[in-house]
Amino acid sequence: MFFKKKDTEKDIKNADPGTNLVQRLQQGLAMTRSTLTGRLDRLFFGKKEITDDLLEELEEILFTSDIGVATTQELIDSVQKKVERKELKDPEKLKFALRDHILSFLEVQAVSHLSPEPGEPLVIMVIGVNGVGKTTTIGKAAQRYILQGKKVMLVAADTFRAAAVEQLGIWGERVGADVVKQKTGADPSAVVFDGLAAAISREIDVVLIDTAGRLHTKINLMEELAKIHRVAGRKLPGAPHEVWLILDATTGQNAISQAETFNNALGLTHIVLTKLDGTAKGGIVVGISRQLKIPIKYIGIGEKIDDLRPFNARDFVQAIFD
Amino acid sequence: MFESLTEKLNTIFKTITGRGRLTETNVRDALKEVRLALLEADVNYKVVKNLVEDIRRRAVGREVLESLTPGQQLIKIVNEELSRLMGGVRYGLELSGRTPHSLMLVGLQGSGKTTTAAKLARLLLKQGRHPYLIPADIYRPAAVDQLIKLGHQIEVPVYPADTTKQPEEICLDALSKASRELADVLIIDTAGRLHVDKELMAELVEIKAKINPVEILLVADAMTGQDAVNVAKRFDESLDITGVILTKMEGDARGGAALSIKAVTDKPIKFIGVGEKIDALEPFYPDRMASQILGMGDVLSLIEKVQTDFDEKEAKKLEKKLRKKQFDLEDFQLQLKQIKKIGSLDQILGMMPGVGELKKLKQFKPDGRELVKVEAIINSMTRNERRNYKIINGSRRRRIAKGSGCKVQDVNRILKNFTQTKKIMERFSRTGLPNMGSLFG
Ligand SMILES: Nc1nc2c(ncn2[C@@H]2O[C@H](COP(=O)(O)OP(=O)(O)OP(=O)(O)O)[C@@H](O)[C@H]2O)c(=O)[nH]1
Ligand SMILES: [Mg+2]
Repeated sequence: MFFKKKDTEKDIKNADPGTNLVQRLQQGLAMTRSTLTGRLDRLFFGKKEITDDLLEELEEILFTSDIGVATTQELIDSVQKKVERKELKDPEKLKFALRDHILSFLEVQAVSHLSPEPGEPLVIMVIGVNGVGKTTTIGKAAQRYILQGKKVMLVAADTFRAAAVEQLGIWGERVGADVVKQKTGADPSAVVFDGLAAAISREIDVVLIDTAGRLHTKINLMEELAKIHRVAGRKLPGAPHEVWLILDATTGQNAISQAETFNNALGLTHIVLTKLDGTAKGGIVVGISRQLKIPIKYIGIGEKIDDLRPFNARDFVQAIFD
Repeated sequence: MFESLTEKLNTIFKTITGRGRLTETNVRDALKEVRLALLEADVNYKVVKNLVEDIRRRAVGREVLESLTPGQQLIKIVNEELSRLMGGVRYGLELSGRTPHSLMLVGLQGSGKTTTAAKLARLLLKQGRHPYLIPADIYRPAAVDQLIKLGHQIEVPVYPADTTKQPEEICLDALSKASRELADVLIIDTAGRLHVDKELMAELVEIKAKINPVEILLVADAMTGQDAVNVAKRFDESLDITGVILTKMEGDARGGAALSIKAVTDKPIKFIGVGEKIDALEPFYPDRMASQILGMGDVLSLIEKVQTDFDEKEAKKLEKKLRKKQFDLEDFQLQLKQIKKIGSLDQILGMMPGVGELKKLKQFKPDGRELVKVEAIINSMTRNERRNYKIINGSRRRRIAKGSGCKVQDVNRILKNFTQTKKIMERFSRTGLPNMGSLFG
C-alpha cells in the first residue's frame, strides 16, 4: 500500500535526461508499479483457480487505485462473465484479460486540433483546478521544448493568485524562456493578447499560457477561461492549438467531473497527470480515458525540472502487469 | 452527476412488500447501494467496508417509523452513523497556555496551506488576537512572496523569511521576533510535501521540536481520493497532528476524504475552506458533511448563508416554516429576494439536495431573468393568494398575469412548479432535508 522504495524516488529525481526513454518511463512508473501492479502480481502469484475471494481482492485493488465505481464494475463484470462462460479458468489468463481491457480504455485517439501555420507559434493553454501543478508543469514542459531547440515563451495569465506571476517568472529564468506578464489583477485576456503579439514578433516557437487555478463549478471563472481562449484565437487564428488539463493524481472521482466540465467549456486536447510520485495509484486515468477519450500527454513525477515524462498507454499497462 | 441515494433506495424498497421492519434480506440490496455511494464519494475502501458492516448491524431488526419509507429509514441510520463517525462536536482552535501560541500548517503540495494560513490569520485578527505569519516554504518558487502579499492584504505582519536559511531556523528566528511585533499567535506555513518523503517529513518533526506548536493542522484537499488515508496516517504518525482543515469544499466533490481521514487519525476536522477569498473559511459541521457525502446537498448550510448574508430574523422564520412544511408563496417570494441578494446561483445550487429531482423538473432553468419574472408574478398576487395558492382560479390568474406583465401560461407554470416543489419538500422534510432547489423554476 505504501511507497516502499525511497531510492526509486531519488533515482527519478536525479535521473539525467539522457537516459533512454524506456528506462526513464519505467522509472517513472515504478511507483504505480510498486502499488497497483505489484499488488496485482502478488494477487495472481501461485493462484490456481479463480475464486470469489480472488475477485473480491481484485475489486479492492481496482477501487483503492481510484479507478472508480463505474469502471471497476465494468472490469469485474466482464471478468465474471468470462468465468461463468468458462472462457476463463486460470488466474494467469485473467491477468492478461484484465490488462487488455484496461489498455483498451487507455488507448485513445488523439483529439483532432489545429496545428500552427508555418512560421507561427504553437500556443498551449494550461488549465485546471487550484494547486494541481499547472505552473510547475509549464516550467517542466518549457524545459522539454527548449531541449528540443525550440524558442519558448511563458505567458502569465494567472493574474489572480498572490505571487503567481513571480512564480512563473522564476520558472522562466530557470529554463531560459521569455515571460510575458502584467501586474496582479490585470485582465488575463489582455495579457494573453499582448503575449501572442510579442510571440509573433519575436518569432517564438512555443507559447505556454499559465492560467489561474479555478474550480470547474464556478461559472463566471469558466467564462473567463473561455474568453481567454477566444481572445487568443482573435490574435492568432487557430490559437490556442492545444488545451492541456492538469489533473492531480491524488484526486479521487471528482477528477472526472473536472475533466468533463473543462472539456465542455474549452475542448481539451490533452491531459497531464501530476504528483504520481506519491502513493496515489493514478487509477483515475483509466476512468477518464474510458469516459472522455482524451489522451494523456505527460505524467508529473516530482517537483524538479525534469520530472515530467511522456505517457504511453501500452508502456503504462505493460509496466503494470510486468 | 449523481442521483440522490434516497431515490435509489426508495426504488429498491419499492419491490419489497410490507413495510414494517428492516431485515437482513431487505437491506441487502440497499446496503450495496450505500456502499457504492460511499465509494463513489471517495471514502476509502476499507473504511467503507467497516462502515457498511456497522450500518447493517444497526439497521437489521429496526422498525420503520410510521412517517418514513424504509429507504428513508435506512438513510437516517446511515446519516447518523456518518455524523457520529465524523465527530459529534465542533472544535475551535486550542489556544491555551503561554503566549505566543504557534500553529503549524502541514500537508501535500497544492492542498491550500498558504491561503489557509492567511484565512486563519484573518479569523484570529477578527477575534482580537495578534497573529503573525511565518513563511517556512523555502522550496516552491515565490511561496514566501505569496504569503507576504496575502499578509499585506489583511494587514497582518509576515516574517520576512530568508529562503537561503533552513525552515527550522526561519521559525526560531521568527519566534524571537514575534514578541517585538506584539504577536500572540504564530501561524507557520510549511512547504507542501509528500507523506512518503522521509527527508522532508523529518524537517517538519524538527520544526515541531523547536517551536512546540499548540496546533498542528493537516490541510487536505476535499477532492482527495483513496490515498487520503495513507497521507493522513503518515502525517499523523510523524507529527501527532491536532486537527484537520479541508479545503476546496465549495466545488462539487462529495468529500469522502473527510470520513477517511477522520477514520484513520481520529483527529477532529476543525475548519473547511470554501473559496479563494480570504474570508472563505467556515467551521466544520459533521452532520452537513454526512449529507454531502451521501449526495443529499446541504440545505442547512444554505439556510445559514442566507442568515448571515441577509436578514437574520426572516431567515429564522423561513427555516421554521421549512421544518413545519408551511411553505407558501409568501415564503417563495421572500426566498427569491434573498436568492437575488446571494447572487451566485451555482454556489447555491451546489448546496441543494436532490439534484436528481431537480433535473426532472423540465422547466428548471435558473437564470436571472426567470427569477425576475417569478418575482413580478408573485408580487402581483394578493396576500391571501400568496398564503393559499389554491384560491388562485382562472380569473385571478389573468389578473396576476396582467399585473406582472407576463402571460397567463407563465403564471400557470410558476404555480405548477411551486406545487411540485412543495411536494418534493414535504417528502424530503421527513428526513429533515427539505428541497428548496426547485423553487427556482
Ligand atoms: N510531488 C509532486 N509535486 C508537484 C508535482 N507537480 C507540481 N507539484 C507541486 O505542487 C504544488 C503546486 O504546484 P503549482 O504548479 O503551483 O500548481 P498550480 O496548479 O499552478 O497552482 P495554482 O496556480 O495555485 O492553482 C507545488 O508545490 C509544486 O511543486 C508533481 O508531479 N509531484
Ligand atoms: Mg499556478
